[in-house]
Amino acid sequence: MSEVIGIGSSPKRKEDARFVRGRGNYVADIKRPNMLVGVFHRSEHAHAILKSVDVSAALAVPGVRAVFTGEDMKADNVGGLPVGWGIKGKDGEPMKEPPHPPMAHGKVRYVGDAIAFVVAETEEQAQAASELVVVDYEVLPAVVGLVDALKPGAPAIYDEVENNLCCDWHLGDAPAVEAAFRSAAHVASIELVNNRLIGNPLEPRAAIGEYDFATGQYTLWTTSQFPHVVRLLMGEMVLHIPQHKLRVVAPDVGGGFGVKQFHYAEEAVVTWAAGRLGGAVKWVCQRSEGFVSDAHGRDHVTEAELALDEAGKFLAMRVKTLANMGAYLSTFGPNIPTNLYAPLLSGVYVIPSIYCEVKCVFTNTVPVDAYRGAGRPEATFVVERLVDLAAREMGIDKIEIRKRNMISRESYPYQTPVLVEYDSGDPRGCLDRAEVLADVAGFEARRAEAASRGKYLGLGISTYVEACGLAPSRLAGQLGARGGLYESATVRVHPSGVVTVLIGTHNHGQGHETTFAQIVSDHLGVPFEDVSIVCGDTDRVQFGMGTYGSRSLVVGGAALAKANDKVILKGRKIAAHQLEAALDDIIFEKGEFSVAGTDRKKSFVEIAGSAYVPFDYPLETLEPGLEEQAFYDPVNFTYPGGAHFAEVEIDPETGVVTIMRYTAVDDVGTVINPMIVHGQLHGGIAQGIGQALFEHGVYDQTSGQLLSGSFMDYCMPRADNLPNFLLEQHSTTCTHTPMGVKGCGECGTIGSPAAIISAVVDALKPLGVSHVDMPATPNHIWNIIRSSSARLAAE
Amino acid sequence: MKPFAYHKPDSVSAAVALLAAHANAVPLAGGMTLVPTMKQRLAGPDHIVDLSGIAGLSGVSMDGGTLVIGASTRHADVASSELVLAKLPALARLAGRIGDQQVRHRGTIGGSIANNDPAADYPAAVLALGADIVTDRRSIRADDFFIDMFETALEPGEIVTSVRFPLPDAAAYCKFANPASRYALAGVFVAKTGDAVRVAVTGAASAVFRAGDIETALSESFEPSALERISIDASGLMADIHADSEYRAQLVMVMARRAVAMALSPG
Amino acid sequence: MKISFVLNDRPTTVEVEPSMLLSEVIRETLSMTGTHVGCDTSQCGACVVHVNGKSVKSCTLLAPAVEGADIRTVEGLSGDTGPLHPMQQAFRDNHGLQCGFCTPGMLMAALDLVSHNPDPAESDIREWLEGNICRCTGYQNIVKSVIAGAAAMRQAS
Repeated sequence: MSEVIGIGSSPKRKEDARFVRGRGNYVADIKRPNMLVGVFHRSEHAHAILKSVDVSAALAVPGVRAVFTGEDMKADNVGGLPVGWGIKGKDGEPMKEPPHPPMAHGKVRYVGDAIAFVVAETEEQAQAASELVVVDYEVLPAVVGLVDALKPGAPAIYDEVENNLCCDWHLGDAPAVEAAFRSAAHVASIELVNNRLIGNPLEPRAAIGEYDFATGQYTLWTTSQFPHVVRLLMGEMVLHIPQHKLRVVAPDVGGGFGVKQFHYAEEAVVTWAAGRLGGAVKWVCQRSEGFVSDAHGRDHVTEAELALDEAGKFLAMRVKTLANMGAYLSTFGPNIPTNLYAPLLSGVYVIPSIYCEVKCVFTNTVPVDAYRGAGRPEATFVVERLVDLAAREMGIDKIEIRKRNMISRESYPYQTPVLVEYDSGDPRGCLDRAEVLADVAGFEARRAEAASRGKYLGLGISTYVEACGLAPSRLAGQLGARGGLYESATVRVHPSGVVTVLIGTHNHGQGHETTFAQIVSDHLGVPFEDVSIVCGDTDRVQFGMGTYGSRSLVVGGAALAKANDKVILKGRKIAAHQLEAALDDIIFEKGEFSVAGTDRKKSFVEIAGSAYVPFDYPLETLEPGLEEQAFYDPVNFTYPGGAHFAEVEIDPETGVVTIMRYTAVDDVGTVINPMIVHGQLHGGIAQGIGQALFEHGVYDQTSGQLLSGSFMDYCMPRADNLPNFLLEQHSTTCTHTPMGVKGCGECGTIGSPAAIISAVVDALKPLGVSHVDMPATPNHIWNIIRSSSARLAAE
Repeated sequence: MKPFAYHKPDSVSAAVALLAAHANAVPLAGGMTLVPTMKQRLAGPDHIVDLSGIAGLSGVSMDGGTLVIGASTRHADVASSELVLAKLPALARLAGRIGDQQVRHRGTIGGSIANNDPAADYPAAVLALGADIVTDRRSIRADDFFIDMFETALEPGEIVTSVRFPLPDAAAYCKFANPASRYALAGVFVAKTGDAVRVAVTGAASAVFRAGDIETALSESFEPSALERISIDASGLMADIHADSEYRAQLVMVMARRAVAMALSPG
Repeated sequence: MKISFVLNDRPTTVEVEPSMLLSEVIRETLSMTGTHVGCDTSQCGACVVHVNGKSVKSCTLLAPAVEGADIRTVEGLSGDTGPLHPMQQAFRDNHGLQCGFCTPGMLMAALDLVSHNPDPAESDIREWLEGNICRCTGYQNIVKSVIAGAAAMRQAS
């Protein structure tokens, strides 16, 4: 079955051949010779001074090789974990960036903060010894809530950070917004919470550090979405290992969703411990340990207002958000609720002026960073809740008010008042199609039928736009990025004409081995089966920024397309020589180089062969070989968008919300593999529904203990919680990416929470409910029904 | 997991002797609670006495008008037992909804009731049906068996060998599962035998309990509507991040009404 | 202690600690890493294998419990090179997996369902897979895969 399988097809995924046989190669599966096992002893208190850490009893356990503490790392001049973005406050001052040691010394700042690392011959020995580490804590008052952390007299997490305020950031034109609000016919106001989430990719994190005394070479195997960035950050800034002496490998990784796109303490600790001990040291995170050491997501408290004129046209928006950073700044922590949030507050609407203030706040909780969507679901939730509320207060249909304010297809490119310029889109086209697919026309009849069974049915809607394809480096640099955000790809054409691609993105479920092979097959006319994709190994792939922010196809795919172009250009030069024609006369089509207007041609395989056997070859002007690398730095973000409709039924007796229908029409630009795009949308929608209905990271407000610390208490969506989703694409072509692609990994997570909550609120409309915070759990909904019913009865 | 010595006796008497002979020895039934607890190092027994090798502890039979279920009978086997489906379908249905399929393939009725997890399902059936718990040394009435959270009338080293269920005229179990763990947030078993109605509630309090007001109302009229004006006091119920006590009280009443409706029209 | 069992049709004897879990015996002692461990509370189902034809969570079973048992793991469905089992093929055909981590457990749970119920409805599948968490797919294509796999198995038999 050697055939070209190009763009727009849905071949079976290459990676599945090994996964369905159980032959994936995940970090936990890897065994190294004489490998030792490490276990972390973690803080049981949210905030405490470490008066002493006594490891002597642990060291005495048979099989224990070493017990390291934060003081040991400090004494070895190990650096703090770096932050990849540095933002500035309203006053132009840089954010407060206290040190983030891989293991705590002096003080612990959240339950789960690492205190000691016990290395032994077996896991049982390490576990037993870890229990014998004696920590003398001086327990301090803790603060986990955003509002509480800013109150005068709140416990100070850092002596040097006043009011626990990391940064007081803003974006937009405040005076213009004030003026617009003064002239408004109506102002809709809302206070809302964006619930803390714990991403929980199904594969727990793991890391193996190895050091070879003979060569001075370090290797780190890690469950990472961006091994090259880990090599850069950990090598240069934490452990001071030169880049050429450090190899970072991220093999098969069992889901990421952002959770694995940070440089984590454990990576540095295992690598450093391996250096101290020689050989290999492995750490595999237990799930319950992951709950208190994987970065969390979301966790905002927001007040927002929308000003409208008498016709229901939007005039201005004002947003004040408190964003939880946790106890330390994670790799992208401060960037998420600022640069990836406020610029999306225009949504798909014409809103002449917008002003947004964000206070980034330290608390005694696990660090908060990007989780699928990262800033954009939060922005969408604010915008769409405000629009729903305004529609209701002004007596305008909620679909109609959206249509009235949408950016028309003809208005693109559209410059928003919050920095970004949307290149393309057709929000009205998405909405109109979704309205039909969701059978909005038949909704009232369904609602009546549900009512006859004593159930509340609600119809919800959300539109959204997101910025993905991170990122134009120069713009990102202006916004505080401390590194470039381009991508690189190398197309290695072997002498026989088969191809290996080495690419800097990372595949952890997205099907890159398939999608990227389709692009090569399409561009070079090479059979799909003759293309292999390599990623995740800094010794094989020259450089890369990894996979996050729906960037792989947009930025990595673009680099790959550029590298393909270079291969074709070189092939044309070889062909021009062999066919004795001018370069301009050589055309490449369907895997053949030919002289325009003639039947003289050379196949791709022939040209590849002659590049490595250069007898009939322009050696004077062209090097032999056929391998090209390209870097691509995007000129803008891409802006996928769409319209989602949800229909939910509520059982008033129990408060249970059941999703009856879910319809999404998304604009993801050019679709390379429809099967994979649908899979990405399904998974994203499911995670968004998780946020809306099930998932909640909950801390005890006094003790700072994580109450939702395992799958027993943190509710993961299961097969019986979800419906089938009805999807269509309504794509416009991105104007600035080589293939017109926009990205699709986060769409579902961005569109769905607001759609679900819109439906829940609509279902409860008869009770006068205007907003419901997430997650809309049965208890939460029942409480709302009870209090609303009581209020109605009293009136 | 902490190391332990493993014993697999082939008789009840040998098991009892092992439990008596060793300090910090615990019996192992299906292991669905014990093994996770040991993995998390919350339990660290020195001796494990595996009951799965004891012949005759597993199986379902009738003894006169009483349904007898051996302590080592697994949930999936109770759920699919033709005898249980014919004689006490409410119990088969309960067993078929404990945990997930993999748990049902391992967990046993004896292990479940001896553990007396406040959110376990079986204790509700045992208590509502007025079953007798037979051990290596005696028979204990359900009303005397369940003491408090993870606490029963079993003496140290005493092993449950079977549970004897009298057959009711009508019965049903309805539970509202914790969305995360799928344990019961509130589970209500109603059983009507002659004019007597017994109602047991699990998941809502620190241990399974009989709901007297509900029993009284249903004794007068075994209809869901008989419960419409009744509520139960929330003050004694549990509250956690999944359900406050008021909500648990509501769920108890809703599950009770639904259980009565199911008991009246089984299938 | 020594335990003996049949693993994927092959008689196997291994030296284990009684405190080892079946998942550890399979993954660590026998280096068969297709069976995954995704949680520590017996919730996620990535570790599901068959013991005597029934699906169980291998992370919650002590090694001595499988003495004399017939065990099948994902590696025992079609080996490394054989034609894919119809259920494996169905997962591949219907994009029933993304990162692949939950997949072995999903396959083993699904096959147990089909052995009880050769023609499961969507609701049967969603209910049966209660003990298997997938974070990638939203389950829609897993359900589709199980329906397709069951159909292929019915045709083959």
